[in-house]
Amino acid sequence: MSEHQTKKLDMNRRGMPKQLPEVRKHNFSEVALGYPLEIAVEEAKRCLQCKKSNCVSKCPVEINIPEFIQAIAEKDFSSGIRILKEKNCLPAVCGRVCPQEEQCEEACVLKKKGGQIAIGRLERFLADWEAEQTKLEMPKILPPTGRKVAVVGGGPAGLTVAGDLIKLGHGVTIFEALHRLGGVLFYGIPEFRLPKVIVSREVEYLKKLGVEIITDYVVGKTRTVDSLLEEYDAMFIGSGAGLPWFMNIPGENLNGIYSANEYLTRMNLMKGFLFPQYHTPIKKHRKVAVIGGGNVAMDCVRTAQRLGAEARIIYRRSRIELPARLEEIENAEEEGIIFDFLTLPIRYLGDENGWVKGIEVIKMELGEPDSSGRRRPIPIKGSETIFPVDAVVCAIGNSPNPLIPASTRGLEIGKNGNIIADEETGKTSRERVWAGGDVVTGAATVILAMGAGRKASRSIHEYLCSPGNW
Amino acid sequence: MHKLVESKMIVPNIFLLTLEAPAVAREVKPGQFVILRVEEDGERIPLSVADWDRVKGTITIVLMNVGYTTDKLASLKAGASIPTVVGPLGNPTEIDKFGTVLCLGGCYGMGSLFPIVRGLKEKGNRVVAVLEARSSYLFYWEKKFEEISDRVFYITRDGSRGYPGHVGRLPEIIKFSGESVDRMIINGCTFLLKRGSDVSRESGIKTIVSLNPIMIDGTGMCGVCRVTVGSSTKFACVDGPDFDGHQVDWKELLQRRKMYLEEEIVPLRTSRCEEHKKESR
Ligand SMILES: Cc1cc2nc3c(=O)[nH]c(=O)nc-3n(C[C@H](O)[C@H](O)[C@H](O)COP(=O)(O)OP(=O)(O)OC[C@H]3O[C@@H](n4cnc5c(N)ncnc54)[C@H](O)[C@@H]3O)c2cc1C
Repeated sequence: MSEHQTKKLDMNRRGMPKQLPEVRKHNFSEVALGYPLEIAVEEAKRCLQCKKSNCVSKCPVEINIPEFIQAIAEKDFSSGIRILKEKNCLPAVCGRVCPQEEQCEEACVLKKKGGQIAIGRLERFLADWEAEQTKLEMPKILPPTGRKVAVVGGGPAGLTVAGDLIKLGHGVTIFEALHRLGGVLFYGIPEFRLPKVIVSREVEYLKKLGVEIITDYVVGKTRTVDSLLEEYDAMFIGSGAGLPWFMNIPGENLNGIYSANEYLTRMNLMKGFLFPQYHTPIKKHRKVAVIGGGNVAMDCVRTAQRLGAEARIIYRRSRIELPARLEEIENAEEEGIIFDFLTLPIRYLGDENGWVKGIEVIKMELGEPDSSGRRRPIPIKGSETIFPVDAVVCAIGNSPNPLIPASTRGLEIGKNGNIIADEETGKTSRERVWAGGDVVTGAATVILAMGAGRKASRSIHEYLCSPGNW
Repeated sequence: MHKLVESKMIVPNIFLLTLEAPAVAREVKPGQFVILRVEEDGERIPLSVADWDRVKGTITIVLMNVGYTTDKLASLKAGASIPTVVGPLGNPTEIDKFGTVLCLGGCYGMGSLFPIVRGLKEKGNRVVAVLEARSSYLFYWEKKFEEISDRVFYITRDGSRGYPGHVGRLPEIIKFSGESVDRMIINGCTFLLKRGSDVSRESGIKTIVSLNPIMIDGTGMCGVCRVTVGSSTKFACVDGPDFDGHQVDWKELLQRRKMYLEEEIVPLRTSRCEEHKKESR
């Protein structure tokens, strides 16, 4: 430890090789290529191994960050991945999509001088290293307890619960509405940011551990929660926040106006970009406007550009308020995405066949901070203009899907349609039912969904060991 | 995988498919639909359920061949399997004791209308069925309708059976029959739904239509199936598919249905050519 403190600080945060913007904006392959081994080791060696590691406390699942970084520095990658996986069952995913700049890396002591350790890239490095090994280390599985758990939804929250409980010897069945598992990781986040083979690999791993997977099964429709509880000892609901919001402005139902979910689902889940080889059609658009400024909006706008359109973001606040991951904003800028900040759509104009042909917007200025702490955008009178477009993607947010709340007795629901669950245990108002992830918090992040899954699985395990003790 | 137990063309271009789908068969109610995929790289399409056998665990679908996926599905032989049949989705048609209900069906909608008629009869309603087609050879299940309805009327465009013309003849039929209709339920293509609703609006009969917009997931996730009903936007998959026909914005719905017409038709033409090429090789 002291050795680190005395040596000269290396402030050179190692860059990660990426496809060149000019090249990548025409393809769907992954943008960031990952650290080569030597660079990863160099980056890991920069870590000061702080005694009081702020990075760990800023990690929603409390990964032992200094320890896995130390393992990389010592080129002991198999120990590194083991340490990582103790706390995070989806490191290849989190290394790619976590907003590290607001979490672990934000807390790094080297941040002050702009040299924070690239924790996310190192996490990704270890996960990718493991994927290349021919022998996958299988965890210990405890003897069967005879208890059965139903997990609703195959997103990060559900996958985490399934992975935790199967290792503890419980029987686990995942019920997923779509024909693929992964939730947003599969149908939402595009290939160029999170290759689908990674998601499939994680799902295969769970299958190998013995998790039963039933796809094309809509809980609340195919079978109700009440009915499933007759067969299962416990249930975890991780059904996400899949109901898209629209702005409710005139012309929003014109042809060519998509929800982000539809646009991305056509592309990712249904592989629309390979039409007609895959049969879900996607239109070739020339000018696409994406409304919103989060990760979802960035994914949509970059997808549109890769399909050959001139693509722009329309966002009602300014650049610093963009909620997307910093790295993706930078990537989008490098790729030549047009950003219209402080701009709010007020209506859509259609042609005689009902297709959108323009979007009327109004300019905004920033006023006093609102309840979110960000300065409230206020329209500037008389600043209306019209952009010509032939497609619009609305990426302004989602709320939880109402199918389960509407069909389940005794499940307490919040005002946004979210399931109410205890923050520490994930317990809902309904006995033997836990919930976590976006369905509880509203649209949030992968790591928070996993964190909620982890807490719930702990509580479910406790319950299953002493049933009747709700 | 879901096995296709039976597949036959019942009238030109309309197919009757019976599929193994025990989980759907156990729960399905009149007016609900399934989403299905024909092959691993296939799209997801919604289809109404026309009948079911809870014991055998099968569902029956009446399919009109209109695009790439329906064509694929129609060409499958009994014994083949398809990867996805998910459901039952959507809200069931409201079935209660209404009095006299006029049930209007056309093309594939005659199929999905049938269990609704059956349900209405079980509740003790008087049911007048009106079936509409271009020509007499396009009717199917007439016997089934005649057995359970109180009366059945036919309308054909070419006059080859029943009333000549289209749903515009409905007021005459009602008048002639002497029935006082308390509610109307329409299943079929969007034009039939619209014109039927136009007709009943004048006589003030409450009219329920089963909408069939484009869908992907069928659970409210994608929002492509949105329709304007009254002054608000609804998702047909989770808020419907049944709506008050007098409140639906038909112009918008008809335009939205045409969104992928071109893409649907092009592969129908080209994929066929490729198959021929393959065969001749
Ligand atoms: C385009 C996009 C980009 C994003 N980018 C990032 C990012 O870069 N970083 C980040 O941290 N977060 C990102 N997020 C957010 C993150 O993906 C979510 O917070 C996270 O996936 C939530 O996990 P979950 O398990 O709660 O739900 P989901 O991932 O939404 O999974 C829920 C699953 O449940 C299924 N389901 C729903 N209802 C039922 C039912 N009734 N029966 C059975 N199954 C059902 C759904 O089909 C789905 O598979 C992004 C989200 C989107 C949409």
